[in-house]
Parts: sequence; structure tokens; C-alpha cells
Amino acid sequence: MERTDISNPAYFHQVVDCQWGCPAHTDVPEYIRLIAQGHFTDAYMVNRESNVFPGILGRVCDRPCEPACRRGRTGQKPVAICRLKRVAADHRQDVSDRLPVIPSEKNGKRIALVGAGCASLTVCNDLMPLGYECTVFEALDKPGGLMRSNIPAFRLPAEVLDEELGMIVDMGVDLRLGQRVDSLAALLDEGYDAVFIGSGAPKGKELDLPGRTEGDANIHIGISWLESVAFGHTKEIGKRVLIIGVGNTAMDCCRTSLRLGAADVKVMARKPRDFFKASEWELEDAEEENVEIVINHSPKAFVVEGGKLTGMRFDRMEYTTEDGRIVDQRIVDEVVIPCDDVVLAIGQENAFPWIERDIGLEFDRWDVPVVDRTTFESTRPGVFFGGDAAFGPENIIWAVEHGHQAAISIHKHCQGESMAERLPPTLNLGSRKMGMHEWAYSNDFDPAARRKMEHVPLLERFKALSTEVELGFDAEQTAVEVERCLNCDIQTVFTDDLCIECDACLDICPTQCLTITADGPEEDVETRLKAPRLEPEQPLFASGPLKQTARIMVKDENLCVHCGLCAERCPTAAWDMQKSLLHFPKAIDHGPATCPTSRPLPQRKAG
Amino acid sequence: MTYIPKPRIDLPTDRINAIGLRQRDYEGVLSTLCAGCGHDSITAAIVQAFWELAIEPHQVAKLSGIGCSSKTPAYFISGAHGFNSVHGRMPSVATGALAGNRDLTCIAVSGDGDSLSIGFGQFGHVVRRNLNMLYIIENNGVYGLTKGQFSASADPGSKAKKGQVNQMQAIDPVATAIALGGSFAARGFSGDRDQLVPLIKAGVRHRGCAVIDVVSPCVTFNDHEGSTKSYAYTRKMSHKAVEADLVPPAEEITVSYADGDAVRVRLHDGSTVLLRKNDPAYDPTDRSTALQYLEKHRARGEVVTGLMFLDETLPEMHDVFGTTSAPLAETGYEALVPGKEALAKLQKKMR
Ligand SMILES: Cc1cc2nc3c(=O)[nH]c(=O)nc-3n(C[C@H](O)[C@H](O)[C@H](O)COP(=O)(O)OP(=O)(O)OC[C@H]3O[C@@H](n4cnc5c(N)ncnc54)[C@H](O)[C@@H]3O)c2cc1C
Ligand SMILES: Cc1ncc(C[n+]2csc(CCOP(=O)(O)OP(=O)(O)O)c2C)c(N)n1
Ligand code: SF4
Ligand code: SF4
Ligand code: SF4
Ligand SMILES: [Mg+2]
Repeated sequence: MERTDISNPAYFHQVVDCQWGCPAHTDVPEYIRLIAQGHFTDAYMVNRESNVFPGILGRVCDRPCEPACRRGRTGQKPVAICRLKRVAADHRQDVSDRLPVIPSEKNGKRIALVGAGCASLTVCNDLMPLGYECTVFEALDKPGGLMRSNIPAFRLPAEVLDEELGMIVDMGVDLRLGQRVDSLAALLDEGYDAVFIGSGAPKGKELDLPGRTEGDANIHIGISWLESVAFGHTKEIGKRVLIIGVGNTAMDCCRTSLRLGAADVKVMARKPRDFFKASEWELEDAEEENVEIVINHSPKAFVVEGGKLTGMRFDRMEYTTEDGRIVDQRIVDEVVIPCDDVVLAIGQENAFPWIERDIGLEFDRWDVPVVDRTTFESTRPGVFFGGDAAFGPENIIWAVEHGHQAAISIHKHCQGESMAERLPPTLNLGSRKMGMHEWAYSNDFDPAARRKMEHVPLLERFKALSTEVELGFDAEQTAVEVERCLNCDIQTVFTDDLCIECDACLDICPTQCLTITADGPEEDVETRLKAPRLEPEQPLFASGPLKQTARIMVKDENLCVHCGLCAERCPTAAWDMQKSLLHFPKAIDHGPATCPTSRPLPQRKAG
Repeated sequence: MTYIPKPRIDLPTDRINAIGLRQRDYEGVLSTLCAGCGHDSITAAIVQAFWELAIEPHQVAKLSGIGCSSKTPAYFISGAHGFNSVHGRMPSVATGALAGNRDLTCIAVSGDGDSLSIGFGQFGHVVRRNLNMLYIIENNGVYGLTKGQFSASADPGSKAKKGQVNQMQAIDPVATAIALGGSFAARGFSGDRDQLVPLIKAGVRHRGCAVIDVVSPCVTFNDHEGSTKSYAYTRKMSHKAVEADLVPPAEEITVSYADGDAVRVRLHDGSTVLLRKNDPAYDPTDRSTALQYLEKHRARGEVVTGLMFLDETLPEMHDVFGTTSAPLAETGYEALVPGKEALAKLQKKMR
């Protein structure tokens, strides 16, 4: 089979499953090791380089890294990657001297940004150090976008937001709060060198059923209602509340209702639990607060009596499923569930009433702007999109990555360079061998189970809307959890002609992921592996022909726990454990820096 | 050696044998041998073979003498009974153990020093006694544990690590075992697991003394140029004569062979050993051709491997002694110690 090219950064990147799963490619194992060593500030900076908002994301990130975590494939729960991020943020020291230096002499290019959400602010974070002048127009009176207006303070405290948004705004961003952009054409006329649109997906979906208008006073659109609560305009809700929908917005709506005086909150789902959109942990948190989740109820009508909403009518459903898919559905009967208020949490949409359709900016047939997936440029040169505004609602970490990529494009656009020519990611490998049997990482496999996050007691937490529910990991929990990380970035690197085929590594490997066997087509070699190949998506490493027998060394990356025993056992050091440091170029790497002071200080130290 | 114990990670996808055990259940403690030692590889082959045969660990007796090789029983089947005897005396202890409990599956691990120097006499006698055991000699041509002196299996002309040339003749345990009237004599190589595991399995199932000489490079003292027991030399000069497969009783033999290419030997437990020959003229059931063959290839500097000789008809020790079929260990006190009167009766008979 084809010999693996380990100099291709994508190969080892995929082995670091969490970093591969993270849209912004956060170097997770590196920051976890730094936490283990007590270097919280360094751990914070490793995060900030990729994901910009570690304190925020350490609380509310969607965590695509966790389902990807290799630990999950050893029959255990994944590493609490997100919780550890919060540990770094909570325990760090002042980082102001580690933030990029902003040149006092500007490069003469002016960028306008619409919306002060995470996407726009990431663009500012990447462009301000290069001498750009960034002007952000925000309709609301505070920056932060949905992180401020929709994610409730009991999940994300305002101080955490203020601090991390402040780091960027304080770079000298011209933040124009309370200024809604009503016309893109007018904004373009102001002569900016580029415009970035990070206005989000601000429209909550409607549910047009009988009784909708009559009951309007007690029927709320989830995202607008959460915003109104966040800004103190809505302070109470009825005793009995129905939440329609079972995504993450629904989870925030039900828990917020409890804090505004509701006593009986039901989340109404059309389908069975396997089909819920909400993250498992958000469901758990809601259920811990005694929210009832009612399945198989399809909304039919709002019941309004005497001009007031008194309940909602549902069809009770039954489904036939096959291989996790619904193949048939039936209505069993109809029920009315009494309530005082209904919150609709059935999704969000993009809406661009303020963008003229005759300015060379193309919209597709769903009335969504046409945006390039790599450059984030629209069909009008110099106008870029990112975050929820680009391809519909996603999450914070995706918005951040869009921001990084858009910043590169804007930089290239302003320098008159081709946006398509972007720097590729780079890979640096460095041995972690320190002595005969010493490795510069904690390679001893720790069988400990995932630590559980402690919560503020139920009675306590409802007193104020802003009481943060999660307490964060304590020192002991942190000490255990960091050791659960398998250090997937400490790679097994093989040197073909050192191998004497003694089989020592094959025998010591606790997961039998190594095989020495005759060469052949991949499908054939696969059948001869010591342990069956279970994940065809996971890469298979193949060496060149070995010196003594011309057989090849094959490694199924899927189950390697990076214990380093192969390298420790190898008499000739044919296996070595090497840290793969991946670098994903940002705008600043695409120089030239226009001003000598604009290089950032060295931000990180090796863990 | 490694200092970190191999962690136990039971994966949901691990394979389980007929008695519900994972391969890990047949492993032992952390090996303290040099990394890359052939002996560790043989240990792994033993683990695999016993796991595949689904033998209850507590029904196994593992015995050894002294040497790096003799340390290895600690590294497999933790749940087995074990005895680490004095240098070269393992066969006596094994005889005692099997006299006491003939139902045990007995595996002995020795070295070329342990069996061909100090223990040569014991080795010879246990072979002709045909004790029902698997006798593995981990053969590296040196005394590894005492830092690499030539052993009795070192080939004349082979070089030590510091350059001395061995002048004495080598003892070949396979030829010796056949010459002594042994019932099972084989040679394997620690670096060829595919060949070794079936040999071990056949040796375990064979009723009688199954001697397997396994060339097992000592990475520290005998893996250099000029050595005839190195990984590189063995790979270059190995000559596979007879491959063996063990087919369990219930399984059908599906592959057919051209006449003269394969010999079938039925074992006492009903399983079959399939001997696949690379030279149709070779007869692994005939002593004299076996000895001739070995000698011819030895003279060419070749390392002949495979199951070289098998005779399932020879009586094992218990047959010769006519002992009871029930193990003494499970025979009640009353029967074992019948009292003064019974002794007097016996003595009277002998007068
Ligand atoms: C209830 C809820 C809970 C969520 N929870 C999570 C979570 O736990 N984790 C997670 O990762 N994601 C979560 N999300 C999703 C996440 O908040 C968004 O994906 C993310 O905020 C998108 O960022 P953005 O910068 O693209 O836009 P937004 O955050 O939406 O910011 C857009 C900003 O633009 C402003 N704006 C819009 N139009 C104009 C205009 N014309 N002129 C001036 N300003 C304008 C808006 O006021 C807003 O401040 C949640 C979303 C909701 C609705
Ligand atoms: C009675 C006695 N004599 C000598 C020794 C010293 N001694 C220990 S191991 C050994 C040789 C072992 O050689 P071998 O059996 O080939 O084992 P290896 O270490 O090569 O695997 C000797 C001579 C001893 N332990 N006991
Ligand atoms: S174990 Fe650690 S490094 Fe590996 S995937 Fe999980 S978090 Fe990432
Ligand atoms: S690091 Fe080496 S020994 Fe450990 S699991 Fe991976 S391949 Fe196996
Ligand atoms: S000295 Fe030789 S025989 Fe002993 S453990 Fe080391 S390599 Fe193996
Ligand atoms: Mg020896």
C-alpha cells in the first residue's frame, strides 16, 4: 500500500482528534498539559491564539471536540475539554502584556464591520495588529451579539463577556453602539476599503397556527424574548409555560422561565428523544431543574378563551423508526395542555432587509447571500460575510473561524494580493524523549473516569437570573481530568530503516494497533491487522519496506492511546514520540506587516 | 525494559476466546528483559497460543530454570502455577509436578545455557522419559543473564560481541532430542510469530515431551555482525522445512495437498497436526531422515525450522509407570496414605 507521508500536516492533524474536530483547530492537548503544569496563563494564550474567547467558550462552547475525543473510543467518556478551558480562563493572570501590540501608525486601510458579535470581533482581533482601522456598527447598546443578548447570564456571566470583548475593543476598535446599519449601499458609499458583515441570523421562526394573533400577548418568539430578558425589559412570565421546540434555544428559554417565576415548565417535542437537536448536556441541565420534556406532541393550535391564551392543542404522535430514521408516523389522538405563556424556539433564519438587491451582491433562491466557502467574500468584491450571517446559524466557534479566514481575505484584498493564495498549515515535529526511559509528557495511561461538574444548589440558583450555575472544576477535579487526556499530539514517528522487526512494539502495545505484515493493497493489508479496523475514517499508517524482510509496519491510528510504550520498548528507537506542533496561518502570518511594531510578542511557551 | 506497566485498556471491541477471556488475561507482569529481546516475543507467542487454545489459566503449570529466558514465565499467564527452579534442574521439578498432577498443562521455558550446559543431563532424561510437557528452549547462543559468554549452542566460528571466535562444537537441541528418542522436536524463530504459534499449539496438544528450540536473538550481547543467532542472520539463513498447523478435533480439514506435500498426524486428544513439507522427500515421522536432513543443512550454515520430528505413538511417563489415571493431587488422603497395615502388606510382598 502507499507509504504514508507524515510530512503532510493533515496526517498528524487528523490524529489529534479534538484539534481536528475543533473548527478553529485549538491545540487542546497542548493547553491541557500546560494546565497540568500549573501554567494557566500560557494555557489561556494557546487557546486565545485559535479560539479568541477562551473564557466564554470554556463555558458555552458547542464542543465538537468532545465527541471526537479519542478517549471516547476506549469505552469511556471523552476528556472534559471545555471545562478545562474554563479552568485556564478562571485561573490565568493578567494577559495584557501578551496581547498583540497595536501599531500607533495605521496602514491607511479602513474596514467597516456590521454587528459586534464574535465573528466581527475576531476579524478586528486579527486586523488591528496589522494597522487596520476597524469601525464596528452595532444596533444594540452593548457588544457581544447573541452571546450577550441570548445566552443567559446563568450560563455566561456578563463579566466574562466584558473582559474578553474588552481585550479586542481596547485594541482601538471604533465601536459605534446603538447604530443599526439600514443600507449597505449607503455604507459602501462611505469609502471603506472592505466591509465585513457579521450581523448574525437574527430572525426567530414563526409558528402560524390558529389562535396565533389572538393569543399574541402571551406568545413569544424565543430569541427576541431572551434578548428582552437579557436587557431587563422582560422581568416575569406566567406560572405555566410551554416551550415549543427542543433545540439549545429551547433549553435556554425553559431555564430562563424558571428564573422569571414560572413553576411548571414543559418543553414540547414533536419527535422522540433520539431526534432532539439540543446537546445532551443542555438537556441534562434543564432536567436537573425539573423541566419536563414531553415527547411526540405536534403543535396544532393556540387555545384562546376570552381573548386570553389558556393552552395549546397538540396531536399526539407515534413513529416507526428503522436504523435511527423515522419511516412512518401516525396521529394517535389530540390533547390540550393548559398554560399561561408559550415560547417559540423552533429555529432562526437569516434576514437582510437592509441589503439592497441591486448593488452586485447576489442572493440565492432562498434569499441568502452567495458567499465563497474559502474566502468568505460575497459576489461583490470587498464585501465579506462571516458567522451566522454567512451560511445560517451555527455556533460561536464556527463564527470565530470564519472571522480568522475572512480577516486573511480582507488583508489580501487590501494589499492587492490574490485571496486564493493562502498559506498552508505547517507542521513541526520535535522529539519528547528526555532520557533512557523519560518522556517529556505524562504518558502513563490513567484509567480515571470523567469528572463531574458541580452545580449551585437548586434553591440557590433561581434567586437571581445572573447566578452562574456551574461552579467550575476545583483543584482536585482538574488534577484528575488533565491526566485523562491521552496527549494525542505526541505522535508515534517511525523510521523504517532502524527497525529490526523484533516485534517488541507490537507486543507491548496495549491496544494492538501495530502490525508488521507483507505489503499489499490496502484492502488486503487491512484483513491482516492484529486488531480489526473499525473506523475506516481514521488513518492507517504504512511504512516503507523494512530492511530485513521487506514487510511493512502498519499502524491503525484509531485506537492508539499515545502511551509511548512502543517507543520505550523499541531497542533501536525506530519509534519515537514527537510533539506535532501545527500552525494554522492567520492574517498576521500573511504579512508584510506594514509597521515594525505590529508583530505580536511571543505568545506561548511549549508544554 | 520499560518502566511503565502496560496499561490494561479493555476495549469494547476486544476479541474473547471460547472461555470468555481476552488475550490480556494470558499476560503476566511487566517484563524486565532488554527491549527487543527475542524472549519477549516468544512470551507473546505463548500468550497468543494459550489464548487461542482457551486453556484455563489455573490449569497451567509454568516452570523454568535460571537465565533471562527462565525469567519469562513471570511475564505470561499470571493466573497459572509457577516454579522457578535452580539452574538446569527444571526437568526434575517438572517431573515431580506432573507426577503429582498429571492433568496440568505443563509449559517449561529454559535457555540454551540452562538446558545444554549445566542442565544437559536433566534435559536428556526428561526427553527420553517423554514427560507430557511443552519444553521451550529460548536459544540465543549466549548466557544472556551473565552478560553474553558463549553457550553450548554457539556455532563454531561465530563471533562474540567483543570479537572472540567460538572454537567449540555446537549442540543442536533438535537433533539431540531426536537422537535421544524424543517424540516431538521442532525449531522456531522468535521473529516469525506466524510459524511459532502453531508449533506451540501443537506442542501443547502433543502427549509427551514436545521440545521446541526457538532461535531468540539476544539484542544486547548477540545481535551483531558475525553472530549466527542474530535477527539478520537467522532471517537470511533460515530454511523452512516443515510447517505445522494444529486442527482442533471438531474442525474439518478443508485444504487438500498434493501427494507427498503434507502428512497428517492424529493426536491423542483427537486434533490433527498437519505437517506441510517444502521438500517432498522429507519424512517428519522418520528419525534417521530427520537427522540426516538436519545435518546436511547445518553444514551449509542454514537454520532449519519447522516441526522436524513427531511420533505420537511413544508412551509418556505415566504410561510407562502405569500410574492411576486420576491425578494424585485429586486423590483422597485415605487412598494416598492407606496406613500401617497396607504398608506391611506391601513389604511382605517384596520380601
Ligand atoms: C438562545 C441561543 C443560545 C445559544 N447558545 C450557544 C451556545 O451555548 N454555544 C454556542 O457556541 N453558540 C450558541 N448559540 C449560537 C451563537 O450565539 C451564534 O452562533 C453566534 O453568536 C453567532 O455569532 P455572529 O457574530 O455571527 O452573530 P451574532 O452573535 O448574532 O451577532 C450579530 C450582531 O449583529 C448585530 N446586527 C444585526 N444586524 C445589524 C445591522 N443591520 N446593523 C448593526 N448591527 C446589526 C446584532 O445586534 C448582533 O449584536 C446560541 C444561540 C441562541 C439563539
Ligand atoms: C548453579 C549456577 N551456576 C551458575 C549460575 C550463573 N548463571 C546464571 S544464568 C546463567 C546462564 C543462563 O544462560 P541461558 O540459559 O542461555 O539463559 P539466557 O540468559 O541466555 O536466556 C548462568 C551460568 C547460576 N545462577 N547458578
Ligand atoms: S484525549 Fe486529549 S488530546 Fe486526545 S482527543 Fe481527547 S482531548 Fe484531544
Ligand atoms: S503509543 Fe505506541 S504502544 Fe501506545 S497505543 Fe500507540 S502505538 Fe500502541
Ligand atoms: S541480556 Fe540478552 S537475553 Fe537477556 S534480556 Fe537482554 S537481550 Fe534478552
Ligand atoms: Mg541463552
